[in-house]
Amino acid sequence: MTASFIGNTLIKSITLKLKPLMDIATNSPSLITTTISPRLAKNLRRDIKGRVIEFILMLAALSAVFTTFAIVAILLYESFGFFKTVSLVEFFTGKEWTPLFEDAHYGIMPLVAGTLTTSMVALAVAVPIGTIGAIYLSEFASHKTREITKPILELLVGVPTIAFGYFALLFVTPLLQKIYPDLPGFNMLSAGLVMGVMIVPYIASVAEDAMRAVPMSMREGSYAMGATRFQTALRVVTPAATSGIVAAYILAISRAVGETMVVAVAAGQQPNLTFNPTEGAATITAYIVQVAMGDLPHASIGYQSIFAAGLVLFAMTLGFNIIGHIVRKKYREQY
Amino acid sequence: MMNTTTAIKAESRNLDFFYSNGHRALKSINMPLYENKITALIGPSGCGKSTFLRCFNRMHDLYPGNKYQGQIIMHPDNTNILEAGVDPIEVRMRISMVFQKPNPFPKTIFENVAYGLRVRDEKNKRTIADKVEEALKGAALWNEVKDRLNDLAFNLSGGQQQRLCIARALATDPEIMLFDEPTSALDPIATANIEELMSGLKEKLTILVVTHNMQQAARVSDYTAYMYLGELMEYGDTDTIFTRPTRKETEDYITGKFG
Repeated sequence: MTASFIGNTLIKSITLKLKPLMDIATNSPSLITTTISPRLAKNLRRDIKGRVIEFILMLAALSAVFTTFAIVAILLYESFGFFKTVSLVEFFTGKEWTPLFEDAHYGIMPLVAGTLTTSMVALAVAVPIGTIGAIYLSEFASHKTREITKPILELLVGVPTIAFGYFALLFVTPLLQKIYPDLPGFNMLSAGLVMGVMIVPYIASVAEDAMRAVPMSMREGSYAMGATRFQTALRVVTPAATSGIVAAYILAISRAVGETMVVAVAAGQQPNLTFNPTEGAATITAYIVQVAMGDLPHASIGYQSIFAAGLVLFAMTLGFNIIGHIVRKKYREQY
Repeated sequence: MMNTTTAIKAESRNLDFFYSNGHRALKSINMPLYENKITALIGPSGCGKSTFLRCFNRMHDLYPGNKYQGQIIMHPDNTNILEAGVDPIEVRMRISMVFQKPNPFPKTIFENVAYGLRVRDEKNKRTIADKVEEALKGAALWNEVKDRLNDLAFNLSGGQQQRLCIARALATDPEIMLFDEPTSALDPIATANIEELMSGLKEKLTILVVTHNMQQAARVSDYTAYMYLGELMEYGDTDTIFTRPTRKETEDYITGKFG
């Protein structure tokens, strides 16, 4: 009330002060009627064209978002049916996962353990090799070496994962068995190691991009202080690229957790609650493949169980991505 | 008038420099740097003044294909720092540099200044802490940052960052300090701070500064060199260069008729 009163008074006083000016404006037509040149006038055709393009672009962007939401919706819907039969407590605390047996148990933990173990083995390989590779490519390799090495490294990404799976089963496992004769034919160690090699290019490539994005002026500053190449790479460039390097790790974790064929082929199909990589165990993804390949009736509890497992997988990846996002924000580039 | 009692700290002799694309950026430069004096390099963009400055700490070695010819002799040991057998890292241990744009490292204020000491394998915490404090005081930054030495250096203002870079360069007790347009990214107040700092620093070391700002050269330097197209056109003490230049080109540049 008071505010609007003050506002009105203010407007009045301004109008009074401006009145002479406004009179001029309204009285002299040349000041208000401007004819727009035809070249500057809105072009209807161009306008429509612009809107159509914008709409198509928006559709493309929304399709990805829509698909994600659809997947989550279906996961939730089917899992809901599953959790009507199986209690959440049993699902998260049960130590056995045998949904397809006569005597069915629905404890997801064995699958989670398998997923985490294979992923950890993979990361133990991929993080050091990938990071060192990125540092080498970005800070030490000559231009020519980099131009040759990087495409070859990225070629590894194109190898079908099933090929990696059989490589693990038929080459790496027998090799490991020469060292550990007790190693079973299906084991998480072999699957994890090969998966790690598979992930190296992801880390190396993304981390290298991040390191190369560090401005030259920062490197020069370090060299000017009498630092060696190695000191510069380790003490200045790597910390400056932390955010990008973390992004590379997160990508690698998501990749490892979600990887299917290698573990399905080489780590076995038997749910096994263990964190010992020398044993065989099914992962979440391996279980989903196994069930999806069989012929289970739609809406049966076994069929629904893969959606529940999928939901857990989705939650894990989402969790890692959120952690990654927080870490990236904390270490975002400030140069 | 040139002061003959001052010792020469370093001098370039018939110095030529070629970039990897074959461009000859410096043409037979002969010039002394007097000890505890400030020498300013002026000249239009692309005249080679930054190229010349960066020869002194072998910065060009970072990019393959660059070639030096001639000598830069450092006194009193008479070393030619451009010689192939001389380790550029050793050169940079003696000659430090401050860049055009402040380039602090992604570290804390303390660690930025301690960087040169750590690179030199100094392990004694006491020594490092003392040196850092001394350097920050030397760069007139201590009072502003003494309570937040563990803050990230990026949180400082542009002028403070540049003084941090000076402190960083100072912490290792260099004999010569190179300034490559140190104030071109700063506001007038920060610029005045840096200039004042430079004038104080020359008590301890020898300074070579590249500047686009003629007033700055006149204000801070003892000697001035005017470069054009890779050649040293005129060199002399700053008063003479700015009041009675011998060459027409120098006068034109200084008076703003050109460049």
